[in-house]
Amino acid sequence: MKPFTYERVSTAAAAAAAAAANPGAKFIAGGTNLLDLMKLEIEAPTHLIDVNATGLDKIEPTAEGGLRIGAMVRNTDLAADVRVRRDYPVLSRALLAGASGQLRNKATTSGNLLQRTRCPYFYDTNMPCNKRAPGSGCGAMDGISRQLAVIGGSDACIATHPGDMPVAMRVLDAVVETVDAAGKTRSIPMADFHTLPGDTPEVETVLKQGEFITAVTLPAPVGGRQIYHKVRDRASYAFALVSVAAIVQPDGTGRVAFGGLAHKPWRVEEAETEMPNGARAVTARALADADPTGDNAYKLSLAERTLALVLAEAKE
Amino acid sequence: MKFDRPATTNPSDRMAVLGQPHTRIDGKLKTTGTAAYAYERHDAVEGQLYGYPLGAGIARGHVLAMDTREAEAAPGVVTVVTTLQMEKLPQDDRNIVRLFGGPEIVHYHQAIAVVVAETFEQARAAANMIRVTYDEDTSEIYNLAEKREMVEDQDIQTHTNVGDFHTAFGQAEVKLDATYVTPPQTHVMMEPHASIAHWTDGRLRVWTSSQMIDWHRQALATTFSLDPEAVHVESPFIGGGFGGKLFLRADAVLAALGAKKAGRPVKVALPRPMVINNTTHRAETIQHIRIGATKEGKITAIFHDCVSNTPPGGAGEDATNQTRYFYAGEHRLIVNRLAQVRLPESNSMRAPGEAAGLMALEVAMDEMAEKLGMDPVEFRIANDTQVVPENPSQKFSQRRFVECLRHGAETFGWTNPKPMSQRDGDWLIGHGMSGAYRGAPAQPSGARVRLQPNGRLIVETDMTDIGTGSYTILAQTAAEMTGLPMDRIEMRLGNSSFPVSSGSGGQFGAASSTAGLYAACVALRAMIAERMQADPDTLDFRDGQVIDGARSLPLSGFASEGEMVAEDKIEFGDFRSKEYKLATFAAHFVETRVNAYTGEIRLQRMLSVCDAGRILNPVTARSQVIGGMTMGVGSALMEKLDVDDKRGFFVNHDLAGYEVPVHLDIPQQEVIFLTGDDPVSTPLKAKGVGELGISGVAAAVANAIHNATGVRVRDFPITLDKFIDRLPPV
Repeated sequence: MKPFTYERVSTAAAAAAAAAANPGAKFIAGGTNLLDLMKLEIEAPTHLIDVNATGLDKIEPTAEGGLRIGAMVRNTDLAADVRVRRDYPVLSRALLAGASGQLRNKATTSGNLLQRTRCPYFYDTNMPCNKRAPGSGCGAMDGISRQLAVIGGSDACIATHPGDMPVAMRVLDAVVETVDAAGKTRSIPMADFHTLPGDTPEVETVLKQGEFITAVTLPAPVGGRQIYHKVRDRASYAFALVSVAAIVQPDGTGRVAFGGLAHKPWRVEEAETEMPNGARAVTARALADADPTGDNAYKLSLAERTLALVLAEAKE
Repeated sequence: MKFDRPATTNPSDRMAVLGQPHTRIDGKLKTTGTAAYAYERHDAVEGQLYGYPLGAGIARGHVLAMDTREAEAAPGVVTVVTTLQMEKLPQDDRNIVRLFGGPEIVHYHQAIAVVVAETFEQARAAANMIRVTYDEDTSEIYNLAEKREMVEDQDIQTHTNVGDFHTAFGQAEVKLDATYVTPPQTHVMMEPHASIAHWTDGRLRVWTSSQMIDWHRQALATTFSLDPEAVHVESPFIGGGFGGKLFLRADAVLAALGAKKAGRPVKVALPRPMVINNTTHRAETIQHIRIGATKEGKITAIFHDCVSNTPPGGAGEDATNQTRYFYAGEHRLIVNRLAQVRLPESNSMRAPGEAAGLMALEVAMDEMAEKLGMDPVEFRIANDTQVVPENPSQKFSQRRFVECLRHGAETFGWTNPKPMSQRDGDWLIGHGMSGAYRGAPAQPSGARVRLQPNGRLIVETDMTDIGTGSYTILAQTAAEMTGLPMDRIEMRLGNSSFPVSSGSGGQFGAASSTAGLYAACVALRAMIAERMQADPDTLDFRDGQVIDGARSLPLSGFASEGEMVAEDKIEFGDFRSKEYKLATFAAHFVETRVNAYTGEIRLQRMLSVCDAGRILNPVTARSQVIGGMTMGVGSALMEKLDVDDKRGFFVNHDLAGYEVPVHLDIPQQEVIFLTGDDPVSTPLKAKGVGELGISGVAAAVANAIHNATGVRVRDFPITLDKFIDRLPPV
């Protein structure tokens, strides 16, 4: 870990101002991912801005009938919130499928959106990785890629976004709220928040330096059966091979987003028109451009079969 | 004491304390965090510095240069030791690859430097500042299947060639010919390798985490060209070993080098990635098995050919061993091949040989039973043997495998359901079973007992407790033999100033070390008998008294004028291995569910029935077996080191990437020990169970998955990517 300076801020405006003033700064909230990365010197911020005391830890109703989730709301608290459990159960289920109880107690809503990939080549500083060291190459493509992306990747990177919560937020059409040092706010739909790797896999979101997430807003509830099914190599405490977040209405229409397949939660709205026609019809369109490696081609079958399970469960 | 014939009746047979379900006497220390592990021995010596290791960033080649200027100038740094500052250090015979010194790199994360600083964070930060220039050799082949074709004659060992396998197999009425793969695995014990080293007047003291105190002492003496008497090793508590802490590793070497250069004590713990790529692992195996049988299910021909990875000079993972002994059959051909693959060192991991071998053999037996249309329990019973098949004059001292099978089948409710015949909603249900074989070796083991004037008994031996319960069963042995209550026994383990024991490994620790303590206690009893001018065989030691007919004296009285000390060592005569074959046996039964859509596997229940001689403590023995069963689930379902064939290293080198079972993966587990004893084994008539517990488990899980899905996966672990496309459509 490299030496760094540290400050604690008490407002979102102060957080954004501090970051704008210090290009080497990073925000720290729960620290469940950043601290690990700093110990390995994969992240080496020169300055940490502790945003835990910004007061953004409330879940409040919006005028539109939705919910505004403060950036500092802990995963445990969000999953347990009675309104979330009642009106957005897919989000509660996704949160509870992630990490462990101890980690969820620390991890925050905004921090979870910014969780970095778990690609093992990203984590080993002796190995090439375009995301960690742009231009160094990719170790995974001709190495071990069983966990990695099957769609949306590039010649530079096939890392996946490891999160569960963002997959549910994507299917719920959540919006990320931010503020910058000038006090300017921005509302970024989840669809646009995470980026694909392209030639710049080190870039993972559309956030600008110093831009600070204040909240995630959920639109008014859409009802339906809401299911999150996460498939992994052991029963708990592992990253998804494939996960499915789905909202299925009584008439068979609905929405679906996938985790574990891409650099971002993967949702193809046009494919959702096929939901009444079953899982194969949906994945045939949603994953039409898939370009898997030999190691991870199974994810295509698994995504289809997991969606089939979810659709069957939704009918029960 | 020489154990050169089977035991007859002796004082251990009273079983008033031995054999009783005594909870762990060190349990409170462990559960309250007051058992100090090596890295936490803040009390051991003043002025400890922190050393942080640097591992090589390439798998093979040479270090051309190391620029340490920035590291040496970093805050808090006291000194930096690099591999270029010295020749390759002298290497103990038990280490296959070098631990430190010289420019040559023979595997990824080979230790190449240690930075010593005032704090851990300073040492770690400075270690990252060392700039290393390599000359990398990228020509090496790391793929075992490729290397299998390149194994040279001197690396092919034919263990057994009796009868005429090829002809008999050719003529067999029912045949199986299949190849199985078991992956490289890592021990990932909770406590990483860690040591504190301190030099005084040319003497080296090391507080470490070691399964084998004397091996560490000898290896340190060799490495640093010292008289073994000048080396002191302590390891009273060990946070798991599983074979990964049998041999001296880089942590102790780096701590000693750093301490020597800094002139102060230095502690080093290996970071988790270095536990995986710097130390040892269980080798990958490719196993070719052929079995021929009559229509009635009698095996006539059996063939087992294994290849595994090892650096030059190592033994790999010989997964054929159990096949020599487990099942009958006249025509036998058993071959082991060593493929020289320059990955990190492959070496012992819990039940080396059998753990991997039974994963293949016991699936093969299941496949064979299916071909025969036989119940797999009955197929195994039909091929049981009470003598060593390749040498029928050698008989098993005790083999109750059939009883394990029958008792297990009845307890489990085994019905041998047809594949894909059971379903509950979206879940396919399967039952599977397997047999288990693991040898029961014994090693010489010494102990000292010191009767105190206050009536307490101090027991000293360099035996280790790696979480197995050694403290408890040794205290029970001393209590049984002296008639003192358990709370009067003071156990002192894991210290090289105590008599050399068997140590913990190869499932020989419990049987051997209790036998060594038995010998010391017999010596103490003889001293007391002499003082009483009585026949030691007629004395009765109970309730703190020594009773000779009508005469009863308090035991403490014999130490009233100063402690009474007795020391002895058990040595085992070769009758044990020449006339007999000693082994332990088990039958495993498993019920699992497999999701018909996703292939997710959820075990429902597990049963193991074990035949392992006298059980010294059913609580600690059960813990050993359920731990083994849990590790067996890991082997079946998830544990695998991923080899990057191009770069020559284990990619998933942390606990996020190398998955072991979590609580939710482990169902109800039941363990049954057949009651009995084996007088051929030791004076206490005991054998080990710690490795039996893992042996065969993964095959039972695999067979249950096959029974649920109808799909056979011969490549472990059975992750859903290997069979999702073979499940019926949904």
